[in-house]
Order: sequence, then C-alpha cells, then structure tokens
Amino acid sequence: MDSRQRILNRVRQYQPALVELPAHLQSGITFADPRAQFLTVLEQVGGRGTVASDLTDAESFVRTLPVMEDAKTVVSLVKGIGVGNLDINSCQEPRELVGVDVAIAAGKFAVAENAAIWVTDENLKHRAIYFICQHLVLVVPASEIVDNMHQAYARLGGAFDRPGFSAFISGPSKTADIEQALVIGAQGARSLTVVLVESL
Amino acid sequence: MTTHLDHPTAAKEFVANDERAHWHDQALWFVRKKRDRVAHALPEWEALREQASRIKLHTMSRLAQYLEEFERQATQLGAVVHWATNAAEHNQIVLRLLTERGVRHVAKSKSMLTEECGLNHFLERHGIEVVDTDLGEWIVQQRREHPSHIVLPAIHIKKEEVGQLFHERLGTTAGATDPQYLTEAARQHLRQEFLRAGAGITGVNFAIAETGGIVVCTNEGNADLGVSLPKLHIACLGIEKLIPRAADLGVFLRLLARSATGQPITTYSSHFHGPRAGGELHIVLVDNGRSELLASDDFRRSLNCIRCGACMNTCPVYRRSGGHSYGVTVPGPIGSIINPFADPAAHSSLPGACSLCGSCTDVCPVKIDLHHQLYVWRRRLAEKGLLSWSKRISMKLAGAVLRNPTLYRIAGWFGRNSLRFLPRWLVYNPLNIWGRQRELPVPPAQTFRELYQIDMENKNSLGDNSHG
Repeated sequence: MDSRQRILNRVRQYQPALVELPAHLQSGITFADPRAQFLTVLEQVGGRGTVASDLTDAESFVRTLPVMEDAKTVVSLVKGIGVGNLDINSCQEPRELVGVDVAIAAGKFAVAENAAIWVTDENLKHRAIYFICQHLVLVVPASEIVDNMHQAYARLGGAFDRPGFSAFISGPSKTADIEQALVIGAQGARSLTVVLVESL
Repeated sequence: MTTHLDHPTAAKEFVANDERAHWHDQALWFVRKKRDRVAHALPEWEALREQASRIKLHTMSRLAQYLEEFERQATQLGAVVHWATNAAEHNQIVLRLLTERGVRHVAKSKSMLTEECGLNHFLERHGIEVVDTDLGEWIVQQRREHPSHIVLPAIHIKKEEVGQLFHERLGTTAGATDPQYLTEAARQHLRQEFLRAGAGITGVNFAIAETGGIVVCTNEGNADLGVSLPKLHIACLGIEKLIPRAADLGVFLRLLARSATGQPITTYSSHFHGPRAGGELHIVLVDNGRSELLASDDFRRSLNCIRCGACMNTCPVYRRSGGHSYGVTVPGPIGSIINPFADPAAHSSLPGACSLCGSCTDVCPVKIDLHHQLYVWRRRLAEKGLLSWSKRISMKLAGAVLRNPTLYRIAGWFGRNSLRFLPRWLVYNPLNIWGRQRELPVPPAQTFRELYQIDMENKNSLGDNSHG
C-alpha cells in the first residue's frame, strides 16, 4: 500500500462524527467612508496613499514621487502611466528584474479593514515584479474598495478556476525580527504607494 | 532535535538571568497587547472565532474527503501532490525532487513543518545548501539554533547579539545594533541568496480543498521572492492545513495576523493555484502523527491550530521560561499538547509547564480548549506512570492531607510556623523545589479559618442589626 492510501485509510478509520460546515458569515465590519478607512489603515501598515481624478493625474503624481527621483530602472504595467523604461516582456528570466527600482502595477480592488490590495499575474510574465522591485506603486480604481475580507472573497467568486498567482498586498515589506523593532524594507519592496483613481 | 531534559531543568539557565527573563516576558506581552487592541476593534471578533472553530472541526470530521478533493483540484491546475506518512518520507521526497533537477541551493521560507521534520540538516547531509530567508529564521540558522517561537523565531535574541553575529557573518560595523541597519545588511545578503537559489521551499498556511490552491502569508515577502525566481516551488504542509472553501479564507486571514502580531493582515497573503508558466509546483502532504490526533477525543481539537503563536505570547510560563526550554519545534501551550502526543515519555514534563490560568484558551482564534487539554494530559500521564517520582509522592501526600480536615489544619500550622521559625537553610533545602529561584511568601498573621471565625462571631454579636 502506498503512503497516499495509508494516510487516507487512517484518516477515514479515525474519522470523528460529522460536524456540520457552517454557512458563510453574512456580515462583517463596515465603514461609513471605506476610502478614508483604507487610507488610514494603509498609513498604519507603512504605506502611503493618494487619490487621483484620472490616469493623467495619476501619472503626474507618480512622476513626482520621491522614489522616482533617483530611479534608473522603472517598469510600468499600467497603460496610461508612461513612466517605464523597461519592458518586462523583454526579460526572459525573472532574475533579470533585480535592478528594478520602481514598479507600477494595477490592483484590482482594495479592502478597507486592512488596506489589502488584490493583485494577480494575469497577463503578467513575471509575478516576481511585485516582490523584487525596490519600490512598488499600485494603481487601484477608487470605486473598488470593499469593507472587509468576506466581501473580498465573495467578489473573487470563480477567480481560482484557472491556474495563476494572486495575492493581497498590504503595505511594504517589513520585519520586526530584531527585538520587535519594526523595520520597513525586509526582503520585498521597501515602500508601497497606492494611487486610487476616481475615473479609470 | 528533541532534547529529553524536563522543562524545569531546561529552563534553568534562562530563568537564572532575571533581567533577560523579564525582558523576554515584556517583549511578548507587548505583542499580546497589540493583539488585544486589534481584536477589540472588531465587533464580530467572537463570531469570527466561533466560525473558524466550526470550519476546522468540520474539516477534521471529513478530512479524507477534503484531502482527495484538494489533490484532484491541485493536480488539475498542474501541481504535483505527494504524500508522506512521516518526517523521513517527507525529507526523502524533497531530496528526490531537488537531486533529480540538480538543485544545490534552496531558499526556504518559514515552515514549522520542515523544522518538525528536520529537513535542513537532512538536506545539508546530502550536500544541498538550505538558506532560511525569514530574517528571524536566518538569524537562528546562523547561530546553529532552532526557532524559539513559531512566529517570532528570534524573540529570545538581543540586538547586541544580532549585531555581533552580523559583524562576523556579513561584515557590519563592530558594535552596531541598530535594527534598521542590521536588517538592511541582511536584505543585501539574502537578495544574493534568492538569485542563487535553484528552488524555493515554503510552508503553507492554508490549503483550499475546493480550488486546489495554497496560501502562504509573510510580512517580509521572502516566500514570494523564494518561489518566484527559480522554476521549482516545493510547498510542504501538514494534512490539518486544509480548509473547505476559498471564502473561508475571509475568516482565517482576518484572525491569523491579528492574533499573531496584532496586524490587520500580513503584508503578503499569496495564493498559488498551480505552477507559474514554465515552472513546477510540488505539494507535499504530511501526516507525521496527525491522523492519530484525529482519533483522540481528548486532543483532536488541537488540529484546529493555525500556528499564530497567540497562546505563546500570553502564556506566563512561556514568557518567563523561553521557547527553547520546551525542547521541541512547537513550544508553548499548543506544543505542550501535541508533543506529548507524539512521544509521551520524552515530553512528559510539558503539560506541567502550565499554571492552568486559561489565558491561552481565551486568546486562541480557533477556540482550542488548550488549558483543559493540558489538564487532561496530566491525568493521562499519571495513568501511564509517567509522572516524576517527586510529583507522584507529593500528589499522594497532598491528596491525603486535603481529604482530612484535622490533618489539613495540622499541616497548615506546621507550614506557617516552619516558614516563620526554621532556619533559612532548612526551609530552602534541596527537596523544596518551590524555593528554587524564588522567595517563599511571608506566612499570614491569621489563617482564613481564623478570619472567618472572627467574622462570624462579629455577625452574631451584632444580632438582628445584621439583617436590617
């Protein structure tokens, strides 16, 4: 008998009486102003946020970001924010992205309770870009902010039917592994800037 | 990695350094307070705990079905699922995957399962270099230690010690202790390790039966870097990590980071559904004693555990004795339940490393009745004849004294007076374990019985007035 069968047999043999699967929780915390809540929590988790009226406005905001000043290599994955100088598709290997100073990518939606932003590798050659860049800028439709994680997963519905990578990102990479002192910029992006765009 | 010292003996050195023990205590209490703040900010916190507990209990009651569903879905997405009944098999599977592909360097992100299986040493013995990429884990790996906490692996180490270590390993300035500076040095070093690695190994926080996906949560982004650069991703998980539906993550992700560190969510909550284009995803499902836990009515609930570490942060014994005193991968209250299950004789002292205060049960996000289980363990160990000689005798004596009011009064009188009048060397004799590393309390001027009698006499002398 192989290990698979042995484990399954044992788990079946020891199976306790059925405990019913509870229905999904229907409610979670909601906010009078989800956008304000999102921006507040974003700051608490070490990120920075702003609201832009449209993509042109967003682009000029990105151009003036302090992290853009010394940036040599910039990848923009957002159509309409033409500040990039490296085409990610020209890189065969994700390792080639190690020199990227700033990456601008699209977030699908945001969550007010924890400042998490949903990103995926749909039409993206190297998902590593979210983590290997020194500074990350996420552009998110301002209208797409849900209150809590229950609403977030309800809206994700069939998103996992096909192979792919996706993640909630909340703030920049951080650690407190040395005496519980919070340090921003552990292994991933050193900073996260979120641009909420009102009309996309 | 199991040391067979009992908990009090293993804790001796840690406890002897009073200042350091207090520093450790305070560091963890600080995390506990952060947890309280974010938990109390959510009106539905208790409903979330209840929901999480019921989802886990349900999953454990139909685990075989969910494991099969997970395997089916994950395979359909292009992942390869492996099954390991024990640690040795798990290690062999990982080694085979690496050697078949000629991988010599591995970037590993935090995984208590691979610690439990002793994977690092096993791979190193076979000539494969494993780098732990979580900063805390990298620090303990460089010190040739094991994590002392499942979420905060280096919580027992002071920044001066980290500074010294980094000076030796990374060439940072001698005497430098600034966490920002030290973290930056580690970042630069680990970036090179990520680029060099031929494979990434991660643990798994949640495996979704419905979709065949796995979810990995980190703050540093090390898991994502580790598995997004090389072509091979090996994910190792215990079979209890299954959850039925993707939407259940809404519940668990809301609880996990809040309970662990007081954050609203970890920085990265990554969902892997199948391998990336041109890459491979191998998922190793490990039993290693978990199915036996499933059979136990007493201890099954401990399979609910999502490894947040909240029970450790709040435990007065853990905070004052340090994680290494448990001599196991998962220390603290939850560890004191699951480790004696794996080997009762080796870990018989752990359920006693508990004051039954119940704080762990109060903070557990998946409602494991931790202190009840620890209490049951003590009974089971006594039945198995695994209590120490001194504990057996003293429990017998205590039982006899507490059953007999006259004996109890005499013993009380004797205790109070011996503390008052006996010379110090006799009170703090080697047999008196209560007198080690602490002062015994000053005996009260009056006993409870005396106070009660005086009170009753006063009431009686007040007569009817007392009813007015």
